[in-house]
This record gives sequence, C-alpha cells and structure tokens, in this order.
Amino acid sequence: MMAAIQITDTYYLVLSAALFSIGAVGVLVRRNVLVMFMSVELMLNAVNLTFVAFAKTLNDTSGQVIVFFTLVVAAAEVAVGLAIIVAIFRRRRGMTADDMRVLQG
Amino acid sequence: MTGFVLAAIAPITTPSVDWLGVAPVIALGGAGVAIVLARALLRRSAVTTPVCVALGILGVVLAAIFEYRLWHLVRADGAITTMAGMVRVDPFGVFLSVVVLIGTIYALFISVAYLKRESLDAPEYLALVMLSAAGMVAIITANDLIAIFVALEVLSIPLYVLAAFDRRRMASQEAGLKYFVLGAFSSAVFLYGVALTYGATGSTSLTAIGDFLANNTLYEQGTLLAGGALLLAGLGFKVAAVPFHFWTPDVYEGAPTPVTAFMAAATKAAAFAVLIRVFSIAFPLYRTDWKPALWVLAVLTLVVGSVAALVQTDVKRILAYSAIAHSGYILIGFQTGTIAGRQAALLYLLIYTFMAIGTFAVIMLASMTGDDRHSLDDYRGFALQRPVLGGILIFFLLAQAGIPLTGGFIAKLEVFSAAAQSNNYSLLVIGVLAAVVAMFFYLRIALALASPATGGEYFSDRRVDRWSGVVVATAALAVLATGVTPGPFIDWARQAVYFV
Repeated sequence: MMAAIQITDTYYLVLSAALFSIGAVGVLVRRNVLVMFMSVELMLNAVNLTFVAFAKTLNDTSGQVIVFFTLVVAAAEVAVGLAIIVAIFRRRRGMTADDMRVLQG
Repeated sequence: MTGFVLAAIAPITTPSVDWLGVAPVIALGGAGVAIVLARALLRRSAVTTPVCVALGILGVVLAAIFEYRLWHLVRADGAITTMAGMVRVDPFGVFLSVVVLIGTIYALFISVAYLKRESLDAPEYLALVMLSAAGMVAIITANDLIAIFVALEVLSIPLYVLAAFDRRRMASQEAGLKYFVLGAFSSAVFLYGVALTYGATGSTSLTAIGDFLANNTLYEQGTLLAGGALLLAGLGFKVAAVPFHFWTPDVYEGAPTPVTAFMAAATKAAAFAVLIRVFSIAFPLYRTDWKPALWVLAVLTLVVGSVAALVQTDVKRILAYSAIAHSGYILIGFQTGTIAGRQAALLYLLIYTFMAIGTFAVIMLASMTGDDRHSLDDYRGFALQRPVLGGILIFFLLAQAGIPLTGGFIAKLEVFSAAAQSNNYSLLVIGVLAAVVAMFFYLRIALALASPATGGEYFSDRRVDRWSGVVVATAALAVLATGVTPGPFIDWARQAVYFV
C-alpha cells in the first residue's frame, strides 16, 4: 500500500522556483542566443506558476489576472527580441554569444 | 424577461479615473502613436521628418504643461491616487517626471541632427523615444508592483530597439542584443520578486503592502525577504548598480550616442524613482534589512565604477563607468533613509541629467559620421582645434568630477552632507575617496582633449547645428546655474521629497 501523496501549494512553489533557477542558469551559462532567449521565457513562465499558486493559497483572483499581464509583456518582448536576433543573423550566420565581441574592454 | 437579464448581469464597477493625473503619460504615448500614423500617411515625403519632430516636441510640451498643473495641484491638495490605486501622483513623482521630460526633449533635439548625419530613418526612432518616455513617466507615478512591471517593459522594449537602431554598425546591433537579453533577464528577476512579495503580503499595491506590514507580524519572513532582494536586484540592473552593471559599458559604447544620452539620464531617473518609491512606501519597516544591502551596493558601485573607468581607453566606455559611479552617489543619498538623503538623491538626478546629456551631446557632435571611433587618441587636440566645443566638453567633465562652481559639486556636496547628518561616516569617506579617484579619469579625457594632436586624431569639424547647439548651451548654463546659485534648485528638491 502506498500512502497517497497530498499535493499542496508548496509543491507548486518549489516547482516554479526550480524552473526559475533552470531558466536563470540557462541565460548565464548557455551561449546560443536563441537558447538564452528561451531560458528567459522559462523564467517568466515560472513566475506565472508562482502567481497562480499564491492566488490559490491566498484565495485571491488578482494573482491569476497578473498572469495575463505577464503573458502580454512576454509576447511583446518576443517580438522585439526575435527581430533583433534576426537582424543580427542576417549579417552573421550561426552566431553565438561568444562571437559578440566588438564591444569589450 | 429583460428585467431578469439585467438582474443577472451585475454592472461592472469600473474604477474612477482622474484624467489629469495620467495626462502626461497619454500626451507622450499619444505623440508616439501620432508619429507612427504620420509616417504611415505621409510615407517618405519631404515633410515627414519635420512633422514627426514637431509631434514629438508637442507631446513633451503638453506633458510639461500637465506636470506644471499637477505640481500646483498636489502641492495644494496632496497626492492624487487614481485608477484603483494603480497611479499615484505626488510631488516626488512630478519632480522626477519633469527630470525625464528634460532628458526626453534634449534627446529629441540631439537626435535630429544625428539621424540626418547617419541617414537613419527618423520617424520610427522618434516614436520609440516618445513611447519609452511615456513608460518612464508611467513608472514614476505607478503605485502598484504590476503597474510598475508593465511600465518597466514599456520603457525598456523601445530602448532595446533604439540601442540596436543603427543596423549598419555591428556594435549597435550587439549592444541591442546584449541589452535585450540582460534587460529581459532582469525583468524576469524583478517579476519573481513581485510574485514573492505578493505571496507574502497578499497584495501588489505599494500602499497596501506598507499597511499590511505595519499591522501584521509575518509568521515566516523568508518569502518577503527573498521577494525584496529580487526586487532590489531587478531594479539594480536598471540603475546600473554593481554587481548588476555588466551590460552598461557595452550598451553605452555600442548604442547610437543620442540613445546613450537618453538612457544615461532619463532611464536612470525613472529607475531610481521606482527603487526609492518601492522601498520607502512598501517596506519602510524593513529598513534594518534593506539598508545594509543598499550600503553594500553603494560601496561596490562607487568603487567599481571609479576604478574600472581608469583603465578604459574609449571615451564612451569611460563615461559609462562614470554613469555607474554616479549611481553610487545617488544610492548613498537614498541609503541614509532620511528626508535629507532623498532630497539629495532628487537634486543629484536633476543635475546629473544636464551633465550627462550635455557631455554625450558634445561627444555626438565631435564624432565623425559612422559614430564608431571614440578612443582617447581619436579626440587628441579637439579642444585646441575647436576651442568653444572642446571647452564646453571640458566644463561638463569637470562638472561630473565635482569641481566647485558647477552643479556636480553641489550634487555631491548635498549627498555627502546627508550622509554626515545621519552619522553614516563610512559611506561619506568611501564616497569622497571615489570622487578623488574619479577626478583622474575625467582629467585624463580633458588632458587628451587639450594636448597637441599627433596626427592620429579622428574628430569632426562640422558646424554645430542649431538644435544640438541649443541643447549644449542650455545644459551648460543649467550646470553652471545649479553650481553658482543652487538655492532655488535645492528648495525645489526639498518641496519634492514627499509622497503625500
């Protein structure tokens, strides 16, 4: 007989903290610009999960409403970020973050 | 039957809106949208650029008129809270909004000649500046962490594009991408801070968080402290505080020079407004927790900013590190946690706007078409060949260094005296030492400007256009006026410290 695992709100918070950390490490460690960009999206969605989990804990809908704001902002960021990346890839194909060294010193 | 339907659908109560309170944001954002429309309707006709510039100036002037009305209104009747507590217009907010408007109008003026020289498309650029300015004014008057987050993105996203605007220069695109990746990263960190603060206090409104913490003792402090730390880190990126500064030199160097000027002056004012507002209104009771953190940030920012600038050879990079060091002085003012300290921070932001925009405006005028060579050797002999412009640049550099009779001196003096008043002698000593170190790299640029040319110099001998001339002259006069007769400016900052 297995004891039934009670999934509490803490599980969601721990999961979202883990996702956020994976995203943060991804931005700092990965060199492919697109993967760094995906990692930022992972961070934002981890925060969304946190908001929803807290909204349930606090029994307050505003936490769920905030998620829509985050989604809209993330979409705007995607549009601009991909445009910049495309503009750069047109010049230099297969570029990674390590190739960005016009500016250093 | 209809009665039943009406009863079932309860009327949705919408929050009341005080339109005057949000009018500056609407004026700036409206001008940005109008510029985009003008571009679409007029296509590439000869009048497109003048119409777009006029719309931009109109937006800033309208916003300034509204701010003037708001200043007298909030001084007489107290702060205006509207849109269900999302927006709060107080003397503090109006003061920093005016600082942002000054930065915006200056950035518009120096961009006109720059865009023509570099043959870049003006309308989109101008629209992005206006939208970013709208986000800045919105964030300064925002009273809710979610409103702050949205406004933070409204001000940042146009800046990412502006930094990458010169598509022919690899450096500009690289600056745009680096700014975008790190900016998005810092926004996510800030948002996680918002989420944890919301979880700990049950609200995102700054005043509600402050009230909740005043009336309740938290059973478990970890979530709130982690949230506060993440908020501080996210905002630390925006104000370019060490250790969150590493994007600053690259972005300042690579971005088109007028954009660098705009970022240095206006963005800093907006980001500091949020930093001060969040920690003063939402977490005043946790002062014992955030003051040591700010102390560390201020010291690191001062030391790294001043020392790293010494070894740089690119003028825009040196000025980027100098911008980081300036953040350190403003952090000293805020770290004291007193009214005098906040007043000093406000005055510093006002004077810094004139100094930073003036300096970058002259750098922009001095650079050749292409805007890609800014090393110290390129500027050798500039002051000898062009005495007026070179002299003004040296004046701005001395002002940033804090020489008496310039605004920079008064700004630093106010910060240091605020630190002394609150018995914060460690910060005072470190600040003074950093100012002495900073003197070296400012003088290094001044020396290069004034030393005889060796043949390798690379600067422009174009006549100064009317728009940039106005910017350089008025900014220099303002820096001089704040240094010689600081009284009215200090009084103005004193009236502006309040959130009520």
